[in-house]
Amino acid sequence: MKAGRFWAWLTFALGAAYFFIPLIATLEFSLRMRRGEYSFDAYRVVLGDVRFQETFLYSTVIACLTIVIGVLLVVPTAYWIRLRMPWIRPVVEFITLLPLIIPAIVIVFGYIRMYGSNSPLPFLATTRGTDFLLMIGYATLALPYMYRAVDTGLRTIDVRTLTEAAQVHGAGWTTIIARIILPNVLIAVLSGAFLTFAIVIGEFTMASLLNRPAFGPYLQNIGANRAYEPAALAVIAFAITWGCMSVIQVLSRFAPKSANNPN
Amino acid sequence: MSETTYPDPAAARQAVPPARAEGMRLPLHWLGVAPFFIFALMFLILPTFYLVVGAFQNDQGEFTLANMAALFQPSILAAYWISIRISLASAVLGALAGLAIAVAIVRGGLPKWVRSTTMTFSGVASNFAGVPLAFAFLATLGRLGLVTVLLRTWFDINIYALGFNILSFAGLTLTYLFFQIPLMVVIITPAIDGLKKEWGEAAATLGATQFQYWRMVVIPVLWPSFLGTVILLFANAFGAIATAYALTGSSLNIVPILLYAQIRGDVLHNPHLGYALAFGMIFVTGLANIFYIWFRVRSERWLK
Repeated sequence: MKAGRFWAWLTFALGAAYFFIPLIATLEFSLRMRRGEYSFDAYRVVLGDVRFQETFLYSTVIACLTIVIGVLLVVPTAYWIRLRMPWIRPVVEFITLLPLIIPAIVIVFGYIRMYGSNSPLPFLATTRGTDFLLMIGYATLALPYMYRAVDTGLRTIDVRTLTEAAQVHGAGWTTIIARIILPNVLIAVLSGAFLTFAIVIGEFTMASLLNRPAFGPYLQNIGANRAYEPAALAVIAFAITWGCMSVIQVLSRFAPKSANNPN
Repeated sequence: MSETTYPDPAAARQAVPPARAEGMRLPLHWLGVAPFFIFALMFLILPTFYLVVGAFQNDQGEFTLANMAALFQPSILAAYWISIRISLASAVLGALAGLAIAVAIVRGGLPKWVRSTTMTFSGVASNFAGVPLAFAFLATLGRLGLVTVLLRTWFDINIYALGFNILSFAGLTLTYLFFQIPLMVVIITPAIDGLKKEWGEAAATLGATQFQYWRMVVIPVLWPSFLGTVILLFANAFGAIATAYALTGSSLNIVPILLYAQIRGDVLHNPHLGYALAFGMIFVTGLANIFYIWFRVRSERWLK
């Protein structure tokens, strides 16, 4: 077993080296802006850039609205399927996996052709409409993760009993979903939400092809024109991703583990 | 829609859909899933369908295979070929490295913190893609990157003089591994956990050596999920564009970058050829995923 442990440590060390060297190099590079000494100049320049602030704000707002769309779409659907239409679940699961098969660039290409200004549904004719289409696009990208998270959350609660108890007290469907089901799967929903945020915040393809001033295209633009700022932005982006994943990890500790309903 | 009957709890536990159990009535329960299906149809299925149909039409809207045939011109074939090579290389290498790391942290007798740290980090790194990843690798292996500079000053090795270039097949593959390996770790670790201890004990009781146990038990059981994940990683790399675009601009002609240029400015001078390009991408990833589903079904038999 001693030899086995040696190989395990070696594998782990090699893996750690591959992953940490680029991170260290990026951090080091981002501090090199001032000649001859380390400084936070690159960060100061980036954070002080008006376009950074604008695009970051724009992407944050879009990400939050995407999460709202995702929750409104996924929670009632997953709930209803569990309650009333379990036989349709394979179909819905297959659809939620489609965004992993169809590349994002193809989806957005389809939008551009289908919803152009001359089409029956001219979303792309107005700025608001384009923003809406971008959010919809992001919601499809996040769909596989959101659906999985919520469906796993629903598995841990007794949907049927909760629904009947609420109905006995005269609750309607909106009340049941908003005040009974959603609070019960809140942790799962939040996990899905933070993952969505991590995916959406720096997304490049859709935002760029829809010509919206999002964070991803801004990153690309800086990368093509500057030397040290991109490294600082990479460090910031890594920190954001790390933050989202840490929140998910912390949340998972509060998630109910036991299922009182066998299905 | 209100239900005032009180079905007994035992009946409620059975997975009988009430709409069926109550016999014929208006299919109102479809209203509950209608928003989802309308969304999927409008923003996922129809836009894709639109491109697929367009790929088989000419400017007059008549059926044609000319666009498909046009895909086989050398420049487009080369784009598909390099895309497939990069995706395959990063998928296979990523899967092997990820498997090695997963086996090490699950079976290697390492302390507990190693496993939890690796899993957390893998969750982060598998989502750290796109433009920032390109920046990180430019800062590492670009012409002024830390590793490039250190290799030159410490060991007098100039990797660029030796033919390495971050804007190349090797460079892009190395970069993609940064999200491919962690994705493999995240997916395959549960499968390795699913290897039952009893199987190892049973094999040992029957006199199997460690090598025989691996060759005749572990590898056959893990094979479908391994292969399935390779395919998922392949599709993952094949559709990715942001990293490559930020890294190489349009100097490396992979399919997503070609399609991006086509959408922006009709560089192929034929809109329907653009549709065909998109159809080709769906065809490749779709084919890969059909294999994936097939292997998944086979592997889940063992992981119950």
